[in-house]
Amino acid sequence: MAQPSQSPRRSTFGSLVLIALVIGAGAAAFAYTAGWFSPQRLTPEKMVAALAPPTGVALGHRRNHAKGICFTGVFEANGAGSALSKAQVFTRGQYPVLGRFNLGTADPNAPDATVRVRGMGLQIATPDEQLWRSAMIDPPFFAVSTPQAFYELLLASASKDPDAMKTFAGAHPEIAAFGAWAKSAPWTGSYAEERFNSLNSFVFADSSGAEKTVRWSLLPAAQPVPISQDDLAKRGPDFLEQEITERVRGGPQRWTMVVTVANPGDPTADPSKAWPEDRRTVEVGTLTVQQIEPDRDGPCRDINFDPTVLPSGMRTSDDPFPAARSAAYAKSYDLRTAEAKDYPRTATDAKP
Amino acid sequence: MIGVRQRFTPLQRLLHWLMAVCILAMLFIGVGMVSTVMPKYLTLVSIHKPLGIAILVLALIRLGVRLRYGAPALPADLPEPMKLAAQLSHYALYVLMIGMPLLGWGMLSAAAYPVVLFGGVYLPAILPQSDSLHTLLWNAHFYFAFVFFALVLLHVAAALFQALVRRDGVFEAMAPVSTHHEVALAE
Repeated sequence: MAQPSQSPRRSTFGSLVLIALVIGAGAAAFAYTAGWFSPQRLTPEKMVAALAPPTGVALGHRRNHAKGICFTGVFEANGAGSALSKAQVFTRGQYPVLGRFNLGTADPNAPDATVRVRGMGLQIATPDEQLWRSAMIDPPFFAVSTPQAFYELLLASASKDPDAMKTFAGAHPEIAAFGAWAKSAPWTGSYAEERFNSLNSFVFADSSGAEKTVRWSLLPAAQPVPISQDDLAKRGPDFLEQEITERVRGGPQRWTMVVTVANPGDPTADPSKAWPEDRRTVEVGTLTVQQIEPDRDGPCRDINFDPTVLPSGMRTSDDPFPAARSAAYAKSYDLRTAEAKDYPRTATDAKP
Repeated sequence: MIGVRQRFTPLQRLLHWLMAVCILAMLFIGVGMVSTVMPKYLTLVSIHKPLGIAILVLALIRLGVRLRYGAPALPADLPEPMKLAAQLSHYALYVLMIGMPLLGWGMLSAAAYPVVLFGGVYLPAILPQSDSLHTLLWNAHFYFAFVFFALVLLHVAAALFQALVRRDGVFEAMAPVSTHHEVALAE
């Protein structure tokens, strides 16, 4: 051994114990950080697993909003948004768009008339190479106030306990407004007739650095034509995709993007609370959908419409949902891209 | 010169300890961020990316410095298996210091995520969008993180063993400040 003659300041055994303690403490701290000692921690895995439909996960598909169809088009900014955000996307001009119409279901084969919530994923690219991604839905407010409550809602809806939903509603009374909307809001027979809302709030910063908390919506140019749920069901399980394909083939479809600015004191952290109607709104531009492409082969397939992908001039607010969505969407993306063979790119590649 | 010097050069020691802090922080941030859906997820991700690139840059500088200045020789009486373990683990650490940031960068590129450093500063994609590449790189990034942490623990254990049990001057060669023991050895 080296320098055996040196008088040991501490025994070899003591040193080895010390080394074991240091390494053990390091490993334990790592495991704690990873959540291995915290089974109650709400992880992206748990959130994504809770989305699984009773029929089982649809491999290769998004874990939620699994049924959808891609589109491409342009966003034409009118310049008015520059008063709110310095993002290039609000400078007057046309910017290419990639998006996806979708249904709020984990089942890619769900019949259209069985899904109450419709959504739009959107990506606008600007010449400064920044991207703005957003994933919006058609209800005017979200079902619950927090990601934890959303997770509990998923557990309650999947629960075999007949009182699970009642118990959940008792603890999360905000669900009642969403339930009323789901029951009373008219259905339409087209994605083109839907208004899509960010629901989450974000913070815009103008060129002077002044910040405003905002939400945004896409208002359809097409007049909504109400249809009963039964009549929609009669049109077929995939009517919405056929309809939007035909409709866009006949002519581009448009939405006006409107940004709503919060007043001080508005509930910016709670997407289940709509802001009062009289809030300042700014029309910032027009989305034009020019072409529809299938989800399976389309350009939206491998895009994660993570709502925290924002250009400079926009950032997340005190709303806790975008972070939770970003974490869960990433998990969903990691899972489904690893399962690509279960969702072959062309129908002809499909397993018999 | 090489082999005569008892200690790494001051620049090498500075890079070592600076990177030690960065890499430990990076591993904890990485394993922590993927375990939560809370708002800190975004904060951690926003540190993880620029810190990873910082580690890549530092590691490349460090590699250059190492090639230029070399390293003090290991003690002649160090048993051969330990010498081999020391050499292999250091190669592995260099591979991971340079490889992990590249895997992360490539993984984000293959998923068509913008690679944000800070503010409006973006890195270009280094790979085309591809689900299979993304899966391969994601798995590599994930599993090598645990390998990396295990190697760091092994490295710490070996350093402490050399400092406390063998007292052979290997720890002192990289110690941030000169120690009494090293002075004694140099005599």
